[in-house]
Amino acid sequence: MVGGDAAAVEVTDVVVRYGDTTAVDGVSLRLPRGRVLALLGHNGAGKTSLLQVCEGFRRPDGGRARVLGLDPVGDHDALMPRLGIMLQSGGVYPWATAGEILRLFASFAADPLDTDMLLDRLGLRRFERTRFRRLSGGEQQRLSLAVALVGRPELVFLDEPTAGMDTEARHTTWQLIEELRADGVSVLLTTHLLDEAERLADDVVIMRSGRVAATGTPAELTSAAAVDVLEVRAEPGLDLAGLRGRWSVAEPSPGQYTISGALDTAGLAEVLTWFASAGADVTAVNTRRRTLEDVYLSLTTQTPVGAAQ
Amino acid sequence: MSTFAPAPGRAPMRTILATQIRMELLLTARRGEAVVLAMGVPLLVLLGAGLFDVTNLPTEDRLGYVVPGVLALTVMSTAFTGQAITTGYERSYGVLKRLGASPLTRPGLLLAKTAAVLVQIVVQVLVLALVGLAVGWRPEAGALLPALGVTVLAAAGYSGLALLLASVLKPETTTGAATLIYVVMLSVGGIMFGAPDLGPAGWFLLPLAAHAEALRETLMHGGSVPAGIWLALLAWAVLWPAVAARKFRWE
Repeated sequence: MVGGDAAAVEVTDVVVRYGDTTAVDGVSLRLPRGRVLALLGHNGAGKTSLLQVCEGFRRPDGGRARVLGLDPVGDHDALMPRLGIMLQSGGVYPWATAGEILRLFASFAADPLDTDMLLDRLGLRRFERTRFRRLSGGEQQRLSLAVALVGRPELVFLDEPTAGMDTEARHTTWQLIEELRADGVSVLLTTHLLDEAERLADDVVIMRSGRVAATGTPAELTSAAAVDVLEVRAEPGLDLAGLRGRWSVAEPSPGQYTISGALDTAGLAEVLTWFASAGADVTAVNTRRRTLEDVYLSLTTQTPVGAAQ
Repeated sequence: MSTFAPAPGRAPMRTILATQIRMELLLTARRGEAVVLAMGVPLLVLLGAGLFDVTNLPTEDRLGYVVPGVLALTVMSTAFTGQAITTGYERSYGVLKRLGASPLTRPGLLLAKTAAVLVQIVVQVLVLALVGLAVGWRPEAGALLPALGVTVLAAAGYSGLALLLASVLKPETTTGAATLIYVVMLSVGGIMFGAPDLGPAGWFLLPLAAHAEALRETLMHGGSVPAGIWLALLAWAVLWPAVAARKFRWE
């Protein structure tokens, strides 16, 4: 098979411009086979534009994209049977029924999945005879996902896969994506949902204003920049001078202390020992780890572009 | 159980094209206004103007004049009006983009669309011709080949203009423009009543009248197609598809 050993997706210094606007400004990323990569970012961060380059819908204005070792534009016809593509919206005949649409795309594949199984798995069986335009946003999304999967692709591109879905459908979709990964399918998805990225992705690429703001596994991203927080409840008005210097301390509300900084086991012991030696009456202790959300917010709202890499 | 274990591959192209053509035809049949435009209006014109003295015709043989015009009209309504409207909406719904990025491929999609249009035209022409024969139309059979030739040229020109409009205009505007052109072509003449004689330039501006006249020359008189009409329809068949090929947009 052509490009059999290549990465699922390899993007190098890709630039996408719309007139004077630069939507993607020199992005590089790599998705190894069989893994899940989440492109995380606000609307307008350049996620969909980058995906469009990988899908061969756009030729990049700079840089290079390789998908399964092939050129998404030049090798379009060879590549398409191997990809599953879920657009952000639309892409389907409004007057065709869900069953007709899925069977149409199934007929394009050499060895398609069983369409009844897919309809059942995605909770679409009772909409089999419903026309696409009569489906709700979430139902349309589920059908688009089924269409992306029906050809047994090696690599799927999912643009905001759970947008418009209710909680139950979202969890079904997450389970399905986890199953894809377990079965060896490579997945590149965009999302602005942090819990989605944290749960599904092996690798997360946080995009901001068309650039990569940070990249790593969810664990790396949360601990690399981690500032663990210790919350202590005790009597109000304690003099915390003894703790300052090694940790940053605050009393945001009377009797509620937050201590942040290097808080490994020894650090935690030291802080609590200090409270004991100060004769404080500690009534509650709580530790909090930075979440992907903290990292994401600090990267996308405060840090200047380009300084966060 | 590895349900989703990758096993990608493209189905045989004839399978892909066959299911796509079936989908195109199914969706056309489902759109009421497309069916009325393609069959209802021509049938109404055929029976109305062909059997009753509702309009002044330059001949006593009403059916001999009207039926060829109606055949030309149905080719225009399917290859031009119907196709422009459908393609415009499919582009705005992202259908063209999505299907172009499937194993069907872009050339495959264009091929399937063309085939679906041709199937519709053949069915419509057969039905209308049979209705015409049933009510007393007696055509000459000696010049079928040139009749077929001008019809292919007209269909190619209409298709090109349809795809061009669908590419450069918004779908609502495409619908308006395609319907307007249909109505103007129908009312200027050559179908229900005689067309003004504008010379060779007129044949180019009024391809429906030109096509209808060519069909009358061949099917009514068993004669040959005037050179001016050949030229005008050939120009349409070359010009619009060429411009459409340059301007065509998938999204």
